[in-house]
Amino acid sequence: MAQAIAFYFIAACILGFAVLVVSTKDTVHSVLFLVLDFLFVSALYVLLGAPFLAVIQVLVYAGGIVVLYLFVVMLVNLKRPAEAHQDPHRRGKLGFGLAAAVLLEFGIIVAWGYARPSQAVAAASVPVTGNTEQVGWLLYTSYLIPFEIASMLLLVAMIGAIVLAKREL
Amino acid sequence: MIDLFVVPLLKIVIVLNATLVGVTYMVLLERKVIAWAQSRLGPMRVGPYGVLQPVADAIKLMLKEDITPVKADKWVFTAAPIISMVPALIVYAVIPFGPVVKVFGHPVSLFITDINVGLLYIVSVASVGVYGIILAGYASNSKYPLLASLRASAQLISYEVSVTLTLVSVILMAGSLSMVSIVNAQYNSGVWFIFVQPLAFAIFFIGSLAETNRAPFDMPEAEQELTGGFHTEYSGMRFALFFLAEYANMIVVSSVATTLFLGGWLRPFPNVAALHFLDIIPSWTWFLIKSFVFLYIFIWVRATLPRYRYDQLMRLGWKVLIPLAIVNLVVTGIVKVLLS
Repeated sequence: MAQAIAFYFIAACILGFAVLVVSTKDTVHSVLFLVLDFLFVSALYVLLGAPFLAVIQVLVYAGGIVVLYLFVVMLVNLKRPAEAHQDPHRRGKLGFGLAAAVLLEFGIIVAWGYARPSQAVAAASVPVTGNTEQVGWLLYTSYLIPFEIASMLLLVAMIGAIVLAKREL
Repeated sequence: MIDLFVVPLLKIVIVLNATLVGVTYMVLLERKVIAWAQSRLGPMRVGPYGVLQPVADAIKLMLKEDITPVKADKWVFTAAPIISMVPALIVYAVIPFGPVVKVFGHPVSLFITDINVGLLYIVSVASVGVYGIILAGYASNSKYPLLASLRASAQLISYEVSVTLTLVSVILMAGSLSMVSIVNAQYNSGVWFIFVQPLAFAIFFIGSLAETNRAPFDMPEAEQELTGGFHTEYSGMRFALFFLAEYANMIVVSSVATTLFLGGWLRPFPNVAALHFLDIIPSWTWFLIKSFVFLYIFIWVRATLPRYRYDQLMRLGWKVLIPLAIVNLVVTGIVKVLLS
């Protein structure tokens, strides 16, 4: 009961702040609502019994990535709306298109889930106890290749950033 | 019911009050120690040897006029001091001041909670604290605070990397992220981690000076260049909140250093039976003594060393500390694998 109340409260906050992120005029305020949103997502992880993910969510997203967003938003003056996209009609069409795409995606995921009941992630084969240890074990055994590919992707992005920022190599 | 709500609430009240009193007296201690270092007396007027000076300061700050600049972003301007104060306080939830002790026959733990991601919790909460500084600079809508806040956040983000890397090598030694388990690991191995990880401790110490914006890395508050720092436009109690947050962060850093490297609540040589008479001193006293030594060194460093230049600071952070921390981490991992 208490868990259900907590879940609905957190879910309502996540959705509410998400709406505020896209509806607020001031870009800095919008970034701040995004931080609040991430904090509530992390609360959701705590509710699901995944403290490691919760802490990493705060550390990486709220404490790391959004700080960089904030830097960019603060330093680039965004008070003036961009001229290229002034046509409201065109923007409306684009919005409907995006919404339809997202709905379609959700539909496919839900249908897929019903068609193929999800099997429990090889939890029995994990020889360690504790949330953090289990995450680490799964990352380095069952999900090693996706994990390495993701880190390669980050490495490529990092090299790209250095190449772009450095005038002469 | 009592164990679930009353006892934790009581602990929270005690820890928060002790912290805030500790912070105000930390300010007095700093003024006194720096005065002694410079052959002065320091505050002497309020109370004997100035011991009531923090009370007078608190009253003064509360009675001062609270000004919000006309061009400031009002909501963010109000929120910024709160955002920097709250993370500094909620970190104390996982800091162990002592083990589980018996009080009138009841087992009482001398920490508020022990979660199994304790150390990561501290790092992530501290990373949210940077918002207070950035937003203070942005919301003031004034050039010096903005420059100071950009400097401060760049400094915080760069030094966070090396500090977190040293924490990883401690985690490797202890095999756990829980603060209580880390102290217990030091008890079991019979040696404080400062002796097996001296390099990690040195990097952690330098990094924590930079992360708490202390001299010689107090670039964000360099008066000669920035007229005062990110809180230039703040006055009264809101300014006091920034001030309190800075000192609360110093106490947090010294508590973390005590727990990770100095054996937390353990007495010196915890496994030597000949020193059992030291057990008459309660465990939390050892914790407080060690933290106090760390805080004293913080003040001592400020009284001794001149300020770094900004490019020197960045060079030290990225070109010296981070490579050293990575090497230390790799060596720790290899030695651990070889020994096991």
